[in-house]
Amino acid sequence: MSATVTTGTEGLAHVAETAVPEQHRGGDRPHPARHALGLLLRIVLCLVFGLPLVFMVVSSFKPDLQIFDDLGSFKAFMPTGDISTANYTGVFGRVPFAQFMMNSVVITVVTVVLGIVVNSMAAFALSRIGFRGAGAVLGIILATLIVPFETLALPLLWWSNQLPFLGPDGISQGWLDTYQVQIIPFIANAFSIFLFYQYFDSIPKELDEAAKVDGAGWFRIYRSIVMPLSGPAIATVAILTFLPMWNQYLWPLMAVQTEELRPVMVGIDYFKQLNTSWGQIMAYATMITAPVLVLFVAFQRSFINSIASSGVKG
Amino acid sequence: MSTITAAENASATTLRERKPAKGSRSSTTTALLMLLPAAVLLITFLLIPIGLTFGLAFTNARLISPRPAEFIGTDNFVRLFQDETFWKSLRNTIVFAVVIVPLQSACALGLALLVNVKMRGVNFFRTVYFLPVVTSMVVVSMLWLFMYQKNGLINEVLLKFGIVGPDWLGDPKTALLAIILMSAWQAMGFHMVIWLSGLQTIPADLYEAADLDGADRWQKFRYVTWPGLRATRTFILITITISAFALFTQVNIMTQGGPLDSTSTLVLMAVRTGFQQQQTGYASAISLAFFVLVLAVTLLNRYVTRDKDVVR
Repeated sequence: MSATVTTGTEGLAHVAETAVPEQHRGGDRPHPARHALGLLLRIVLCLVFGLPLVFMVVSSFKPDLQIFDDLGSFKAFMPTGDISTANYTGVFGRVPFAQFMMNSVVITVVTVVLGIVVNSMAAFALSRIGFRGAGAVLGIILATLIVPFETLALPLLWWSNQLPFLGPDGISQGWLDTYQVQIIPFIANAFSIFLFYQYFDSIPKELDEAAKVDGAGWFRIYRSIVMPLSGPAIATVAILTFLPMWNQYLWPLMAVQTEELRPVMVGIDYFKQLNTSWGQIMAYATMITAPVLVLFVAFQRSFINSIASSGVKG
Repeated sequence: MSTITAAENASATTLRERKPAKGSRSSTTTALLMLLPAAVLLITFLLIPIGLTFGLAFTNARLISPRPAEFIGTDNFVRLFQDETFWKSLRNTIVFAVVIVPLQSACALGLALLVNVKMRGVNFFRTVYFLPVVTSMVVVSMLWLFMYQKNGLINEVLLKFGIVGPDWLGDPKTALLAIILMSAWQAMGFHMVIWLSGLQTIPADLYEAADLDGADRWQKFRYVTWPGLRATRTFILITITISAFALFTQVNIMTQGGPLDSTSTLVLMAVRTGFQQQQTGYASAISLAFFVLVLAVTLLNRYVTRDKDVVR
């Protein structure tokens, strides 16, 4: 692989895989006792990070009484005793869980897809086409990275209530309590633009020249040359949009009141207020975590690389 | 990938310079058109709200009100500085950050060093340490709310070691600590990965040279690893500090700021006033205070690290 192309986000691809053999170099293998101690430490840490999640999943299959009975022993982490899916049926019986799930899927998928298109186009215009003032525009975009969303949330809430919206039923005022208020404000993202910009800059510009000789326009170059070469950047942006969107809590908590429009994370909060069955809450928690865990295990490398690449901005 | 390599080879013969595009007027039009959607969205949902944060803080705007907002000068700030909850929230927010920043960054570095070795199964360890990061903070808060119950899992485990655990979230003395521990647990894997990517940028021959000089493990860490992580360190300090200042989800789910405001934070207070009590103007003033805090830390951090650049 050529060096130019591997700069940018893909440059960290090896993070997930290999490690610098920092210690076992030059034949100074660690003392066996030290080795065993190190292994033990790693295993204990595994328990610290893994067991609470095991506990969550295991408890979701037990009746509440048994959960508390098992707390005092290792049974707390084992699917023993009265195992059933009663808690899961209980969740569906109490709240429109399928609807919450559907809402979260729609909100997340639409934001990820539109985010990739909108932000990559903007980055393409800034990085590869260029125009007078492009540098200033990029500067403004980067400067906004310092503003946390939490600063803007309340003014944005007020502002969303003032905005008009042209929908199928004509023009309405106020975006609160809608799908669009959960999607549209999060499509354009300064950090996504920055990631695409950085990646596009590493793709040789000569490709554009060659395509232009063949009569391709800028949009064609974007769609048929640059985007197909930008897989790693697209994956990074997709993951870094997916995680916060799926996990969104503060914004929908305020912007959405109607039950039918609620996403899963606000739904669990509401569910807990209706309910004191910990088994059912753990069942709900397991169901909204499972999709992310499945995706994480399937695309582990990409997940870890995108987190690592969020560190290159410093 | 072969396409790129071919193009690279071809380009090796030509000069790598950026020529101004031909027909640059139409190029500019295309560029502006492609930038347009993002520009409109960023202006509407980022730049205008930034402006509004400043503007609304000086008005009596209410979230839903038939009357237009009126300019009231610095009334919101006068009220804010006399508000006892504000000072408590500010204090909690800063305490949270001051404790969690060193705790989390140091432990994450420890984890990164532990998994930055050639060893069978190291990928498994890395994955497990990372699992809480892909679990939503809402889910983690629910789970720990359950584990922190007075007769919950954590106290039962402590009992095995003969320790009678406190009522973690119910006692004003331990509530913030409980939230700190849980938050560090959730985010540690995230910073482990960032430390790891920093560790991988340190050239292996530096370690070889240190080996030749007979450096022990500590010396290698002190004189090779630590200086090599300078950029990563700055980044990690800034990100942990800013996300610590933004503390909200955990508190809202687990304690709602209680008991006795002992876990109230700036963002929680802003949501209370701006959303539940609908006082957008006052909430904007709180948001502005929060932003000033973030800005101050970022600038301070930049200043401190720049200083070190000069010294080295």
